[in-house]
Amino acid sequence: MDATGVESATEDAAEVESAPALTSRRRSPQPRMLIRPVVIAVLFLFVLLGLPSLFSDYYIDASTQTAIYAIVALGLGLLVGRVGMVSLGQAAVLAMGAWVAARLLFATGLPFPFVLLASGLITMVLGTLVGLPALRLSGLYLALITLMLAGAITVVLATTNFPNGGHGFLGYNGSSVHIPPIRRPSIAQTDPAFFRYSVIVAGLMFLLALGHLRSKPGRAWAAIRQSESAALAAGINTTLYKLWAFALASFVTGVAGGLLAGSLHYLYSIDFQTQDSITLLAVVLMGGAYSLWGAIVAAFFLQFLPELFTNWGISPDWLTILFGVGVLQVLTTAPRGIVDQLPKDLARLGRMLARLVRRPTPSTSGET
Amino acid sequence: MTVRFGGVTPLDKMSVRFETGTCGLIGPNGAGKTTFFNVLSGFVKPVSGSVTAFGEDLLRMVHFRRARWGVRRTFQTEQAIEELSVFDNVAMIHEHSKLGGGSRRQEVIDAIRFVGLDIDPDTRVGGLGAGQRRMVEVARAVVGRPRLVLLDEPAAGLPDEETGHLGDVIRRIPEQTGGMTILVDHDMSLVSACCEVTAVLDFGKLLASGPTAEVLRDERVIRAYLGTEETG
Repeated sequence: MDATGVESATEDAAEVESAPALTSRRRSPQPRMLIRPVVIAVLFLFVLLGLPSLFSDYYIDASTQTAIYAIVALGLGLLVGRVGMVSLGQAAVLAMGAWVAARLLFATGLPFPFVLLASGLITMVLGTLVGLPALRLSGLYLALITLMLAGAITVVLATTNFPNGGHGFLGYNGSSVHIPPIRRPSIAQTDPAFFRYSVIVAGLMFLLALGHLRSKPGRAWAAIRQSESAALAAGINTTLYKLWAFALASFVTGVAGGLLAGSLHYLYSIDFQTQDSITLLAVVLMGGAYSLWGAIVAAFFLQFLPELFTNWGISPDWLTILFGVGVLQVLTTAPRGIVDQLPKDLARLGRMLARLVRRPTPSTSGET
Repeated sequence: MTVRFGGVTPLDKMSVRFETGTCGLIGPNGAGKTTFFNVLSGFVKPVSGSVTAFGEDLLRMVHFRRARWGVRRTFQTEQAIEELSVFDNVAMIHEHSKLGGGSRRQEVIDAIRFVGLDIDPDTRVGGLGAGQRRMVEVARAVVGRPRLVLLDEPAAGLPDEETGHLGDVIRRIPEQTGGMTILVDHDMSLVSACCEVTAVLDFGKLLASGPTAEVLRDERVIRAYLGTEETG
């Protein structure tokens, strides 16, 4: 008890110290405002250029999946964190995106970026339909209805199957012996190249989301999240902006589905389960639904950690328990997720260490 | 106008007329003050009656369009958006109203200065104190030349000195915006300091209306507030 009291007191002191820094920022905004973009750009370039040479093929594949699922988590984070709408249908939306992209890649010779765009746009229309109940429902009921819709979509996908180069609208050929792989873009045939391709697309999707959050829709979403009646009184067409959020989330998820189709080469309906949406929500909450970084952390949990566990000889099934504990911890003590909590905890640890280091110094100086 | 929720009739054949300037609306708890605001901002539909403001029928407009037309309100529980900065909070209202026309940035800064907030506009509202957040809400209500500003107990929970500052700001709203203000509050000194005219509601009916000082001396008003002895 005492220790936490001391901690919060020091935190307050730190905030007071930062107050003059805030006012001084107005006078010379350039250096401070540039640091963040530069750090992010360097990080991005490292991931793009450095990471593939450091990793084995095994981890490059896991990294590609992480980049793709970061986009999916970004979409769900927008809905949950920014607008306050809990959707348990995002994994099904991802499956729809993958289906559309696979169908287009088999049926047409369109360049890969166009296919991504098309699958994003078509998924946007379908996903917005999934979001329609959000106009009348919220909270648990919205979560339930989207979960049921996701279940229905999963059933439809299981009966129609994913396209495998066959003819007709469904593009499925059940009797074919030789199944051609889903093609990748010509510039990204190899795994490291496709990883880079995915990271760049993910970067674009994050920029798209950031652009929205920094402008009119982002402000409107923040208002809706806090209080719908206050948003209405502010002149916000809440129906429009809620659907807009679902449209944006579905668009990015559809693009992610296109990347997924290219990265996996083969799609099977058994790989898309209704309950994946629940795990997705869990990791998004753990990562931090209110932060764009949280989406990356969430994807790391969902796609990279299982591979690490497998490599270490631990069953990835343990992760389900770990996620459960993690969500519990986030909901009770750190509502803004790990991206918010970890730096705070590290700073706290740093102060503790600094105090430990500082304490012996006066005693030694006393002796000498 | 009449408003009914099932068997409850919060506003019963109530008819009131406000002139331009700052008008007070008072009454005991449950008198129908907030319901009246909810009718004006479109959250509640009256079963009968009409609302005419500046020659236009408000009831025919959907709620969010009324805000664009120029109805602004603050809420009993303050509703400044915590996640956004002070600037974004005010700018948000401006970008959804079709009024005004000058530079948005300038008008937003003007509104923040008007309510006397001397802080960095980029500060997040979530980190502000109750008094400052209340002023952010008032800034949201006055930006972009509103026509009808509804203030629902803006002084609730504020210390006396901040209420005094709030009163100064409210008094200057009509000349700043050119619109009309209706103030609901239980703080009679604030109401009499801000409003030339005041209407009193009790059990959904208009009890009295007229110049504030006269209304506050009205015997029926005092009785409504202090309760009546059952003498008939």
